[in-house]
Parts: sequence; C-alpha cells; structure tokens
Amino acid sequence: MQISFTLNGRPTTVDVEPASLVAELLREQLHLTGTHIGCDTSQCGACVVHLDGLPVKSCTLLAPALDGATLLTIEGLQGAPGSNLMHPMQEAFREHHGLQCGFCTPGMLMTAVALAAEKPDLTEADVRHGLEGNICRCTGYQNIVVSVLAGAAAMNAAKGD
Amino acid sequence: MSNVIGIGASPKRKEDQRFLTGRGNYVSDIKRPGMTAGVFVRSPHGHAVLRGIDKAAALASPGVIAVLAGEDTAADKLGSLPCGWGISDAKGVPMKEPPFPMLAQGKVRFVGDMVAFVIAETPEQANAGAELLKIDYEVLPSVVGVLEAVRPGAPQLFDDVPNNICCDWELGDKAAVETAFRKAAHVAKLSLVNNRLIGNPMEPRAAIAEYEPGTDRFTLWTTSQFPHVVRFLMGALVLNIPQHKLRVVAPDVGGGFGVKQFHYGEEAVITWAAKRVKRPVKWVASRSEGYVSDRHGRDHVTEAELALDENGKFLAFRVNTLANMGGYLSTFGPNIPTNLYGPLLGGVYTTPAIYCNVKVVFTNTVPVDAYRGAGRPEATFVLERIVDVAASEMGIDRVEIRRRNMIPKEAYPYQTPVLVQYDCGDPMGCLDGALVAADVKDFGVRKAASASKGKFRGLGYSTYVEACGLAPSRFAGRLGARGGLYESATVRVHPTGQVTVMIGTHNHGQGHETTFAQIVSDKLGVAFENVDIVFGDTDRVQFGMGTYGSRSLVVGGAALSKATDKVIAKGKKIASHLLEAAEVDIHFESGKFSVAGTDRMKTFEEIAGAAYVPHNYPLEVLEPGLEEQAYYDPVNFTYPGGCHIAEVEVDPETGTVTLVNYTAVDDVGTVINPMIVEGQLHGGIVQGVGQALFENAVYDEGSGQLLSGSLMDYCMPRADHLPMMKVATHSTLCTHTPMGVKGCGEVGTIGSPAAVINAVVDALSHLGVTHVDMPATPNRIWRLLQNASLPVAAE
Repeated sequence: MQISFTLNGRPTTVDVEPASLVAELLREQLHLTGTHIGCDTSQCGACVVHLDGLPVKSCTLLAPALDGATLLTIEGLQGAPGSNLMHPMQEAFREHHGLQCGFCTPGMLMTAVALAAEKPDLTEADVRHGLEGNICRCTGYQNIVVSVLAGAAAMNAAKGD
Repeated sequence: MSNVIGIGASPKRKEDQRFLTGRGNYVSDIKRPGMTAGVFVRSPHGHAVLRGIDKAAALASPGVIAVLAGEDTAADKLGSLPCGWGISDAKGVPMKEPPFPMLAQGKVRFVGDMVAFVIAETPEQANAGAELLKIDYEVLPSVVGVLEAVRPGAPQLFDDVPNNICCDWELGDKAAVETAFRKAAHVAKLSLVNNRLIGNPMEPRAAIAEYEPGTDRFTLWTTSQFPHVVRFLMGALVLNIPQHKLRVVAPDVGGGFGVKQFHYGEEAVITWAAKRVKRPVKWVASRSEGYVSDRHGRDHVTEAELALDENGKFLAFRVNTLANMGGYLSTFGPNIPTNLYGPLLGGVYTTPAIYCNVKVVFTNTVPVDAYRGAGRPEATFVLERIVDVAASEMGIDRVEIRRRNMIPKEAYPYQTPVLVQYDCGDPMGCLDGALVAADVKDFGVRKAASASKGKFRGLGYSTYVEACGLAPSRFAGRLGARGGLYESATVRVHPTGQVTVMIGTHNHGQGHETTFAQIVSDKLGVAFENVDIVFGDTDRVQFGMGTYGSRSLVVGGAALSKATDKVIAKGKKIASHLLEAAEVDIHFESGKFSVAGTDRMKTFEEIAGAAYVPHNYPLEVLEPGLEEQAYYDPVNFTYPGGCHIAEVEVDPETGTVTLVNYTAVDDVGTVINPMIVEGQLHGGIVQGVGQALFENAVYDEGSGQLLSGSLMDYCMPRADHLPMMKVATHSTLCTHTPMGVKGCGEVGTIGSPAAVINAVVDALSHLGVTHVDMPATPNRIWRLLQNASLPVAAE
C-alpha cells in the first residue's frame, strides 16, 4: 500500500507492506540506518523516533500508521532548522561523554529530546525515570544522565533567546 | 603547535560525530548488491539425537535459495570450530576436546545449537522456509547445572568425556596449604554460586559474507572484537581459505564485552555459504537468538576456605570450583575459569599458600566463555567475600583485617604463590582514598537515618587486583595458549605531515580513535585532528590480536608508542642530513627536529615532505618514505586494582536492594584520557552491579530450556537502578609498559560485585545473614528475611 508522510521535514511517499514495521521501513527501504534495532521485545529503545512530536519505539509501530503523520528520526535531528549544527542534546552528549559504542545513542537522544521538551525543569530523578525504556550497556548511564540534564538546560536557554 | 592534544587531556571523542548523527556503520547497516538473507535454524532441545533433516518442503518454499546442514559441511570436509587454549590437568593430561561442528552433526547439545542455515531472497522468505524444515530429534534428558552434571548417572554430553569433566585443573601447592590449615587458629568457610550472565551488547551479532569469483577472494563483515583472529581461525582451521584470499572487516561494533571476541560458527557458515550460492549472504541475530547463541559468562559453584592465625593474618587459601563450559569449548572457554581465575586468588594480600582446583564441566547450555572481567571477577568475588566472612567470625573490623594482610607499597614487585608477579601497586593508598571519598566515618549517621525509615543500610568493601593487558605470549604459551598475544601498529606519516595509524586492536566503544590519536599527537607534536586511527579491516591493518582483556592501550598502545618512536628515529636521520649535523646532535621536541645548541631546525612537516620528495636525500643510507611498524609483546601482565565501596539500602517489606552510594578509587596506571577512563569505570562498575543485583541466566534442569531468554526475563541495569557514582584514580605507574599504563576496561566489573554483596550482607548481618548469592533480587532477599531468626523490623 502507498503511504504519505513528512519525514525529517520532507514530504515522502512510499509503497509499504501493510505488516512492515516503521524501523524496517526506515532502515531497509529509506536507507536511514541511524534508527537501530537492538531487541525484539520493545525493551531496548534503540529504535526511538518522534511520531507527531512524541517518542515512539519504531520497532513496534506498523508502517501504515505513518500515513499523514510527521516523523523525525536521528538523521533529522539538528540545531537551527536548515543549519548544519547539531542539536543541543547531541552537543551535550558529546561534551559529557554520554556515549561509548554509539548503538543505543540515537534512541537515547530521541527520548532525551522528548523528555526535555515535555518538562522544562527536569531533575536527575526525572531523567533516570524517563530513560527506563532505553538500555545502554556501555556507560552505566551516569554520563547519559549528565548529558540529558545539560542538553535540556541548553534547549531551555535556546528557547529563551 | 597549538592543536597538539597530549597525554592526560580529555578532548571530545573523534568517533562521536558519526554516532550522534545516526551515521555509524554497523554490520546490519551494510547492504551489498544481490544480497540474500540467511536464518539459522536452532535446536529447540537441550539435548537430542539428530536423526535426520528433510529439506524438501523448505527448498520448495518461495524465494528459498539453499538449505545447508551438518551433512553438507561434512561433505565439504570443513573443520571443527577451534579452541584457542589447551589446558591440562595436574598430571599433564590434556583437556578433553570434543569437536564443535558449526552445524550440528549427530547430536545437539544446547538450546540454540545450530542445525541448519536457510538462505532466501528476503529475511521473511528465509524465515518461512525455515518453518518448513522437518527435523527429526530423539530428545534426551538435559543436564544444565555443574553439580548435577558431575553426579554419577548424569546425562553424558560426549561418549568419551566421562562425568562430563573436560579437565580437572589445579594450581598451587596443595601440601603447603594443608600444612597451613592444620596450624590455623581459625578457618572461614564459604560456599557460593557465581551466577551465569549474558553479555547483551546492545548491537546484536550480525555477519555478511561475499565471494568474488574473479579474484577467488572472500570478504566477511562481522561484529567482531578481533577480525584478524577470525581470519586466522576461520580461514586456516575451519574453511581452509588461504589468509590472502580472505578479508575480515569489523566496522563499527555496538559493544562487545567479550561476547564478540570468539570465532562463531555463524561466521564460518555464512562465508562458506556465500561461495555456494554465489551471492552475498547476510544474517542479523535477533535479541532472542543472541540469548541462546552469544557465549555466556561466569557460572561457577565454589567451596572456599581461608586459614587465619589468631591475629587474622591469612595463612592459606583453598578453593574448589566447578566451572560450567556449556555444550562445547568456545574460543577461550577453558582458559577463563582456570588461568584467569586461579592466579588472581592472591588478591592484594600476602597469603603465603594458595591451592585451587577447578573442574571444567560440560553441560547442555550455551558455551561459556569470556565476559568482561573473565575469571577475575569470579576470583575477586570468592576472595573478597570470604575475607568478610572471616572478619565477622573473628570479630575483626573488615577494613582492619584487610590492612593486616595487604601487600605494602614497598613490597612490590611482589611474587604471589599463584604464578603472577605484581610489578607495582598501592592497595592501601586506594583503600585510604576510598574511605575518605565514600565518607565512611559518617556511615553510622546514614544507617540510623535509614533505620528511622524502616530500612536496613549496609556498607561493603572490595579491595582487589586484576591481571590484564593480555598477554605476554611466552607466559600464555606455558599456560596453554595456542597463539601469541602481542599487538601491532603502523604509523604512516603522509607527505604533508598528517598521520594515519593502522592498529590491530578494535574500537567498539572504548574511544581508541581518540586515545590513540592523543598518544601520536603527544609524541610527534602533530595536531590531534591530523591523526586518524584505522582498525577492524584485515585488508587495511597489517595484523592484530584485537580487543579484550583490557589490552588495547596496554599492548596496542605500546606497539603504537614503539612505532611512533621509530618514526622519530628515522626523522632524526633525515634531519641530520638536511641540517648537516651528526645524528646524535639532533633533538626532537614539540614537533621540531633541531641541532643541539643552535637555532637550526626542521619541522615535522618539512621532514615528512623531504621523506617523500627525496631530491636532496641520502638515498645510499636511507629509504624514502616515513612509515614505521612495530609489534609489541608484553613482558608481564599489568595489575590494575583498587578499592570499591558500595552502600545499599534494603527494604525489608519488599526485599528490594537499592544501591544508594558507590565509590571507586582505582589504580589504572597512567591515564591518557581521564574522561574516557571515567566512562570505562562507570560502565564496568554497572556491569558488576548488574551481576550482583539483577542479572541471572536461568535454565530449566530437565529440558535445558533457557528461562531468561529475553530482555523481559533477564534484568539489565537501567538508569533508575543507579545512583551517581564517585570514581577517582590513585595510580602507580606500571614498570614495564612504555607509558606506565595498566588498562581500565574491566576493573569496574571485577571490583564491584563483591563490594555490593558485602554491603547487602552487612545490611542484613544483624539478622544472622552471612552470605547472599547473586543476584540479590527482591525475591531472594525477601525469602531470606522470612527465614531469618530475628524479627525483620528495623528497630
């Protein structure tokens, strides 16, 4: 079946198998391999994308659900629209060593951006609770939590400008 | 030069840009023209006779290209998956080494054992074809636990391995230990289980293989920590592909932790199949598939006894362990619970006599091999637990008993009674630092505050040492290693002065692209951004043994340092000619070759340019070009260690253990990049905390089914399980590595399980609890509290 949606700011029309998953569509058909698949039980969160502004696990979302929607993937995450700058959350992860092997990182970033957007005054406890659905095996989470707090502060500061 | 970033700085990582923007290049991201999809059909039984496979319906299924099974590998005379270590018992009798076929032949020996490989146009078609395969099994009873496996009458995995014992290994002076025990004022005893773990790197394993008929060359892309070793083991010993006809690429790899440092049968099957179907073949494991095929870790049952004199001085230590090997010998399997375990039982103490017996046992479970720490966490756990038991029984403070037995800083180098000689260390310094950092003096106040909320608070110590920087080849060879454990690096200076390094270690999260660039930047005075590190491709990198055992900086970094020194030495020769001065008068510093006592100099870039434009060049004594290679084989292991202090709170109502504080002061030698070292310590500690509190691989005894077979059943540490940890270093410099480095990848995982469990036991000690097996889950603690002799109220 044919579906149309906005992908990282661009109108996109694709033919999809009705039973295919968004993560597969992105990776196999659209060549956007930044969205990762780390499990088969919706536990790891490596596949998180934003559907109409909300974080979702794309490994459990059927592709037809995208029809008419707006989808943001890690490849579309950026600073000012149209710029080559990284998003403040990406900068914060780099600054605070919030990643090691990089595999969970896209999902972590997408979850983190959504968390920060939802609650401007995030606490450490909020971040730890909000990252419950994203597993990282490398960092022990400490620098991820530090990064998310810093990234959220930078997002707030940017809003204030 | 202003952009030189040297040793001790924390530049942001070079590798981050691609990972932060979703542009990493993992195996599952790669597509090849004409690529097919493969799925493995795995045994659903723990133990069964494989009577036959009917491929007809699968082969007739839409899109299916081929179905391969054990009989096909036998027809092609393919080898067995090799074991890299051959250990022996006390009499010198070699271990039992049954064949490990890549696709099962005659029998399956664990749930997940590979039976067939189905190749189709798409993954969906391959899966559909696999469903149609008719496999005739005669199911046999399984045995999954080591205690059960060695009992008379237990199911036997191999006809020629009586009692399922692969090797009855020992180390140490048994008679001296017995003598010491007879004289002891006190003997502490402890029985414990070191729980089976599943590594769970976030990227599942994957592989793609391609065969080019025009050149008769194979390429394998694989999620590996050591591509050159895969090329050697698979090419030379399994598939009979000449080394120069086989390229193995391990691109970005999403975490390893040991799980990806073995040669897996999947790699061999896919490479062999690619030539048979004449098209590229891709396989990506699902997480569930990883649970029953990624090599597992730990799984020991141990009885330990510590003999002490009346002052709490350790006289002798005796350890008897049954170690689970699973259904076959994996690449490093038998080495882990023996050579990487027994020699660590001395710890940071002066125990004069140690004896260790390890029975290495086959069971109907996934093969067990190295997992972060590998043998050393198990040894540390036994030792640091029994020290606490002894302290409690003798009424000696836990810190005090450690102090009384610690090797003083001045006593290094220190020869232990179990083979290893520590070159340097300061365990007392680490302990003192940690006591302050953890604010131990005010623990009583915090404990009282917890009690007022009805919670039990406990404090636990682990003062430990490990052996890493694997490994001195000569030493490893004596212990049964079948290969060398050196590392190699090439430093290629381009005509414009930029540098490309080819190194045989593999970066899968450790930040090598940054740390190694710092070493080159520091030594050559070249800008940090002008150094790139190449790894993970046997066509681009000369050779290498890969990354495991905290060896990359220790062994690989040493090779890199050596190669860089050779570049400087050649640069001096060039400079001597260009500056018309004697070579001994040329000094190299901060990127400049200068003549001593003069202002005559050439920059590094000028020397690099001259090396490639040899117009005015001493061709009779020097070759053009500026590229040097070095191999480095360490003279000893390195011995990082430290002191970890865990603080937990137990809720007696639910049995939940909450880790509330964690402090680590570690001696990792010279720190090249403090930011990266801290990240390694955080991650390592949490993997150990995972073992102590959450993770457990559980099998059903009769059927051999893995009950903890998904992320929903196997509890991984998550962000809200953890407090902010305090980590610091207190370093003594390794005396035999070029930069004084010791390695930091595994220390966290080695030190932490004992600290956490010692804290849990401390929290419950007023109830008469003397030991808690890992993981200390709410269920386990709650049951313990129900059975405790005292009321559970905190007051």
